[in-house]
This record gives sequence, C-alpha cells and structure tokens, in this order.
Amino acid sequence: MSDVLLKVENLKTHFFLDDGVVPAVDGVSFHLNRGETLAVVGESGSGKSITSLSIMRLIPNPPGRIVGGNIQFAGKNLLKLSEKEMREIRGNRISMIFQEPMTSLNPVYRVGDQISEALINHQGLKKKEAMEKAIEMLRLTGIPSPEKRAYDFPHQMSGGMRQRVMIAMALACRPELLIADEPTTALDVTIQAQILELMQELKEQLNTAIIMITHDLAVVAEMADRAVVMYCGKVVEEAPVEELFEKPLHPYTKGLLASIPRVEEEMEKLYQIEGTVPNLMHLPRGCAFAPRCPEAGSRCLGARPQLTPVSPTRKVSCWLVEGGVD
Amino acid sequence: MQPLLEVKNLTKYFPVKKGLFGRAGSVVKAVDGVNFKIYPGETMGLVGESGCGKSTTGRVILRLLEPTAGEIYFKGKNILNLPNEEMRRLRQKMQIIFQDPYASLNPRMTVGQIVGEPLKVFGLASGAELEKRVQKLLEYVGLAGYHARRYPHEFSGGQRQRVGIARALALNPELIICDEPVSALDVSIQSQVLNLLKDLQREFNFAYLFIAHGLNVVKHMSDRVGVMYLGQMVELADAKELYSTPLHPYTQALLSAVPVPDPKVKKKRIILKGDVPSPVNPPSGCRFHTRCFKCLDICSRQQPEFKEVKPNHWVACHAVQ
Amino acid sequence: MSELAKATAAGAVPESMETYSPVREFWRRLKKNKLAMTSLIFLAALTLIAVFAPYIAPYDPTNGVMADSLQKPSAQHLLGTDELGRDILSRIIFGARISLRVGLLAVAIALSIGTVLGSIAGYFGGRIDNLIMRFMDVMLSFPSLLLAIAFMSVLGRGVENAVIAISIVTMPEYARIVRGSVLSVKENEYVQAARAIGNRDGAIILKHILPNVIAPIIVRGTLGISTAILETAALGFLGLGVQPPDAEWGTMLGAGRSYMFNAPHLVMFPGIAITLTVMAFNLLGDGLRDALDPRLRQ
Repeated sequence: MSDVLLKVENLKTHFFLDDGVVPAVDGVSFHLNRGETLAVVGESGSGKSITSLSIMRLIPNPPGRIVGGNIQFAGKNLLKLSEKEMREIRGNRISMIFQEPMTSLNPVYRVGDQISEALINHQGLKKKEAMEKAIEMLRLTGIPSPEKRAYDFPHQMSGGMRQRVMIAMALACRPELLIADEPTTALDVTIQAQILELMQELKEQLNTAIIMITHDLAVVAEMADRAVVMYCGKVVEEAPVEELFEKPLHPYTKGLLASIPRVEEEMEKLYQIEGTVPNLMHLPRGCAFAPRCPEAGSRCLGARPQLTPVSPTRKVSCWLVEGGVD
Repeated sequence: MQPLLEVKNLTKYFPVKKGLFGRAGSVVKAVDGVNFKIYPGETMGLVGESGCGKSTTGRVILRLLEPTAGEIYFKGKNILNLPNEEMRRLRQKMQIIFQDPYASLNPRMTVGQIVGEPLKVFGLASGAELEKRVQKLLEYVGLAGYHARRYPHEFSGGQRQRVGIARALALNPELIICDEPVSALDVSIQSQVLNLLKDLQREFNFAYLFIAHGLNVVKHMSDRVGVMYLGQMVELADAKELYSTPLHPYTQALLSAVPVPDPKVKKKRIILKGDVPSPVNPPSGCRFHTRCFKCLDICSRQQPEFKEVKPNHWVACHAVQ
Repeated sequence: MSELAKATAAGAVPESMETYSPVREFWRRLKKNKLAMTSLIFLAALTLIAVFAPYIAPYDPTNGVMADSLQKPSAQHLLGTDELGRDILSRIIFGARISLRVGLLAVAIALSIGTVLGSIAGYFGGRIDNLIMRFMDVMLSFPSLLLAIAFMSVLGRGVENAVIAISIVTMPEYARIVRGSVLSVKENEYVQAARAIGNRDGAIILKHILPNVIAPIIVRGTLGISTAILETAALGFLGLGVQPPDAEWGTMLGAGRSYMFNAPHLVMFPGIAITLTVMAFNLLGDGLRDALDPRLRQ
C-alpha cells in the first residue's frame, strides 16, 4: 500500500491580476499512495480546487501560472511534460469529475458518445467498440437499461444520473488517479448517499486512487483514508482520517469540526470561528489563520509556521506544536 | 394559543408552456395540498430534497408567488383575500432571508440604503433618524456602522448574509422566512450565521419558517420540523421526536443518508433506489411508493391521509398505524 | 487574543480603506482602453468645434463666391470649395453641429421611449408584453431606412422631422434590449427582496431594475448615435433631411456626387468626417461596454 502514485512538492500556483498577485496555492506538499483516497478539505479560497487543476495542468493562463514546485506522477514530473504528453495522461491515467453535472456534460452530444470520446482518443478503439464499452461503463455505474440511456442527451437525465455519467466517463479508461472536485455538493442527500457508495465500490473494483476535494467534513469521514486540510493556499494539517477526527491538532481543524451542527446531539449554541477568510492578496504577515485563532499568540502574528511532522503519519503547521505561540 | 400563521391545503401549480402560442400544457405540481401552523416565537423547519416544494411554499406564503389554491391565515386573517395595498402593509410583519447573499442584494445600492429601504418605503424613518436606525440594525447583526457606506460586493458571503438579515429585521417582523440561509456559505461562516439567527430570535421573539436541505442544520434550529416530498408534507413532528423516531419511510431514509462527521461511526444506510420522480407527472397514490422500501399494495392506488398518529406527530403513510 | 478576533469578526473591510465608488471604478477601467479614450477626446474636440463653430469656421458656410467654385484644397481653402464656391472646411465644421445634435437627440428620444416600453413589457410580461413586443417586431421587420423615408413622406422634409423619423425607427431596438435585460434582472433575488419589503411596482422598476440594466442601454445608445448620424446622412443624401443651403455631411455628400470625378474632395472630406465620427462612437461604445460589464471585473 505504500507505493506512492502522486507526490506534490512545494506547489505554487499564482494568479497575476491587474491589482496584484493572488497566491492561490502557495507551497503545497502532499502525497498519495496507489489505491488510496485522500481528502483535500477547505473552504472557498483555500486553494483546494486550484491544487487539483494544477495537477491536471488546467490552470487558465493568463492569469494563472504554476510558478514553482514539482508534481511527480508515477515517476514523471508532470510540470516538465509537453502539452502533447500531458494530453495523453489527462482523461486516460488521471481523470476528473466536477461539481456541476449540469454544465460539465456537453448538451449537444449523446452521453454514450461523450463517454466513447476518451476511449477513441486514448485507447484507439473503433466507434462501435467504444460505444459497447461506454454502455458497459454505464452499467457499472448503476444506470438502469444502459443500452438505451447511452443514446440519451444530458438534459433527458436527472442530476444524479448525470453525475453517474460523469463518473462513467472519468473511469472509462481505467485511470490510476481520479480527482473528484466536490462530486456530491450539488446533489440531494439521498442521491449523495448513492453516489458516495458507488464511488467506494468502483474504487475497490478498479483500484483507483482518489483525491476527493470537498468542504464537507462528513463526506471526508465517510470516504477518505487520509486528509489534507487547507487554508488560504497552504496545508495546515495532514493526518489519517480517524486521527484527524479524534484529535485535530490545528486550531482551524478543531474549529471546523466543532462548528458542524450534529443530528445526534443537542447543542444550544454552535461553536463559531470568528471573522472571515482574509483576502489572499493581503494575507497577514504571520500565520494566515492567526487573526481568527482563539489560541494565537504574538509569535503567530509575526512569523509563518511551517508544515512539520509530529508523528510518522501526521503533519501540522502551527506554532502550538512547534514550541509555543509566544 | 392562536397560531401566527396557518396554511391550509396550500397548492401551487406552475404551467409548463408548450406550443407556438404559449398554450398551457401540463403543470408542475410544486406544492400540492400542504397544511401546517406556526406559533408565535417558534421555529418551524421545513426539509426535503430539491424539487420538493419547500422554497415555493415559503414564497407563496409571502405572496411573492400567487398560490393556485388554499388558504393562508396570518393572525387569523386570510391574506389571500387582502387587496394589494393591505397586503403591502402586511409585508412589514413577514420578512424573508434568501439563500444567495450575492443575488439578494442590489449591487447598485449601498448597504445603508439596502437596510434602510424598508423603513423608507413605509415612511417609518428618514434623515438622521433613518441613519441611526440603520446603524443600530447593522450592529444587531454584527456589522459596524461605517459599513453602511459600502457596496455589497465589498463584503464576504457571510457579511452579505448579515446585511440581508438586517434588512429583514428593519420592520420588526413577527415571522421571518429563512430560505436556505446558510447553504451558500462556507462551513466556518455557517455556524456564525446560525448562532446570530438564534440570538436575534431570543432577543426579538419572532417566529422562523426555516427552510433548508441540510438535516443537521434544520435539527439545530427548529422546534418542529416538517418533511416534504414532491410537493406534499409527509411527516411533521417536534424536532427531537422526528429525528429520534421517524415514522415515514422517506424520513427514515433521509436521516440514514446524512453522512456523519465521524469516521468511526459506520451507519446502516437505507439507500433509496432511483431519483425523485418528476413533479409534472407525480406517481399515483402515495408519491413515494416508487422508491419506498415498505411499499404495500394500496400505496400505488390510494393517497395516504396526513394524520396525527401520536400527539403532535403527523404522518402520511399507509404502513404507519 | 480574543480581542483581536472580535475586532475582525465583523469586518475584513478595514475602516481606513477608500470608499468604493462605482463611477470611479468605471472611469479607472475606461482610462485603460486607449482606443476608447482617443475616441472620447476626438468626440469632445468635435463637440467643442460644433459649439464654437461661428468663431472657428474661416468662412461663411452658406454663402460662397461663385468665382471660387470647385477649387482644390489650398492654403486659402484648406479643404477646397464646392460647386457654389463655399468653403468645405467651414461647411464640415457647421455640419458637425447638425450631425451631433441629430445623433444625440434621436438617440435620446428613442432611448427614453424604448426604455419605458421595454421595461413595462419585461416587468409585467403576459399580454402587455405580447402587445408591445409584437408591435416592435412589426417595425423591426422593415428596413429602417425605408421606414424612415416613409415617415418623412408623411411628416415632411426638414431636420426636426428627420430626428423624429430616426428615433421612431430605432426605438424598437432599444425596447428589445431593455426588455431582455429587465427579464434577466427581474429574476434576481434582490428584486424579490424589494417586493418582500413592500415596494410598489413602479419603485421596483425605477430603483432596483433600471439601475442594473443601465449599462447595456448606455452602450447601445452610444453605438446608436453613430447609426443615427449615418441615417441622417442617408436622408440628407436623398434630399429628405437637412435642406440647402444648410450644411450637413450627408447632404454635402449628396450634392457633391455629380462632381465626384473632377472634384473628388467634395465627397471625400464629408465622407471622412462621417467615417471618423461614426468610428469614434463605435469604439467609445465598445470601451464603455468593457468598462461597465461586471463579468470582466476581476
């Protein structure tokens, strides 16, 4: 299991806008083993989606650019590949599913044809073979009477169906890595449960590694083996999921966990993290979370902590664990 | 106690236009015969999946949409018979907080103008008095007085939602309809807004109709909770009761589907088959029977009655005695 | 530490920050567009020239010296003279008065009527919408110049009638644009919010909808000025608009066309004047659209 599939080192993706530079991803490092599910957790502006787009090398340029770091995928540095070599990896060895099943399918093509496209491009299948494979993928994702639905247009399907189609499309070429960007956020609870279960099943069948981008800690608890928590373009904590939920170390993670209303418990008042996410263009000099942190001290305002290992499996970026806040 | 709001057999159909000259073809049965009451100072939650009609219900109550049928009593008065001008005056007592803090504030107005507008519309304050009231309202929701001069896009999502709340408070309403007030916000901001809503209720003692799809959020906020499916209310009970002993199979499935933020809890899930059917052509009998795991023969033929099976616990299901 | 936390709880917006002003922001963005700024300067200069025409023009635009007719450009007559010996530069300078006035006036009238009709149609919808918009469709189905000529034949010749004719035929275009924008703005929740706090329909349209559709209207209006100038010129060329001896660019073109081969400057210079002005309005319109479009805002 400790066979490393993806290694992101000190990744920096910045956006160069008229009024300044936005360090959307600023020195992010993590790794992912084969067959593992890693959750990347964060709020809007945390850089979680930009991280995934950087791995796919799909950062819109201009204004965005990867300005530093390494992305090692199965021994290759993705950032050194030519655009043509990258195209062979995209959709074939790494594929992605998005949040909006409505807009990520092309409305003018039949879903079967859209799934076939990747197969024709990457595996050189004939149109007819590709369609057969597409139908098989639809069956795999639990779509009833797939030989009929393959000839449907996206608008003839419901949101949950479309997300299944997206998954079928992403997994058609049996990728080693699947990046799922908020795959269930737009879906209803009962449909979310279906899709999460489907992803678990397929992952075990196909042994695909998954990077799950989400803001929903409950989804993390359900799905992931390990989690990386991001805040303002940086990783603040990395841990196996069980340890993370049992004993979060970073005050931000603690706050997030404490502020979710729970069905099982009665709470008069919810814990709340004060303040708002700062503007990435004007980040504080010290720790980005310090202005909102209940445990912050003078050191936190003055200097940025580094992501430091605290055990063989856990890393935290906080002065609390690095010799005090004052 | 007299209910603050009573909704009887509330129905809203949307015509689906078809053909060259826009002849009305079929209808979307968005809300179909919903009944409930809200008492002064309480919070009534409304949950359900998209397309269940919960948001439409909220808007019909405010007459932002005109209902197709049914009655809405506010303090014993049927508001559907009110002439326009009287309805406009009544709006002071019923306010709404919207889901999308980006779309619900006019981008061309300053925050001060937005919050002060209701007062101006009803001629309740002007000049320095208006300014003072606006400052006060902004302080109630945790913003500062100087924010009044700024435009909405200068604020974060959570702060905008606070502005929307301040606007709703301006007229001292007795009922506030919260339509998914936190689902567009970041996790770390959600709890701030939920706490604020609760604090304000404690201080001003108005009632909430709290509409949301997040079951945990609704549980946290509500005294009583109604569950909707395809335009109909399937279960209604006290929050604690509903979450601990759900009776309707749909409520049971819904509750079991909520992911728990604890990796050690492995819940037994009821995974429902298929998708929510189209509200244009809802299933016969009980609307849930196509996905129900307790479906009986009678379910596809006869619509179950919405009845009180335990004190204050209402449910519409043939399988529940 | 909680003191600090509390201080930032309400505002990521520091108090010292300069107050945002939509107008200033718009101006900052427009200034970056070199073409639009050049056009703006050109049009400002043209306006000044038009206003002070009697002081700037070297000769009387309506009375010429027959002996000097059809002279080529020279130091005495920078752009030459026409068939009646009138100084072409002076006539173009005076012509700017008419062209600009007609353009602005026609657009102002068309825009006001179009905005009223379009917002009523868009906001209320249903039967009123159908009635107004079908009528607009009928008008749009005629070539606009043909329709303008038809109106002129009813109203009679002359500048005022040309303005009326042009505003009538261009109005449906504005009504359509306004209606479209109103339809999309109407769906915004802040319009529902405005209703929920008890606003009347009129107040909602004026305060909440129109300010948010103003951007496309301004842009279309700017582009519309150039259309109006062109149509005035066309009507003048056909002898329907401005009557001789008044100077107007289109009329000058029309009168000069019989001398096109032995004295091309008679048509060339009014033609250049029209082209430059129309182009300036178009470029300015594009610039305004970019500066006003919030989607392009980062």
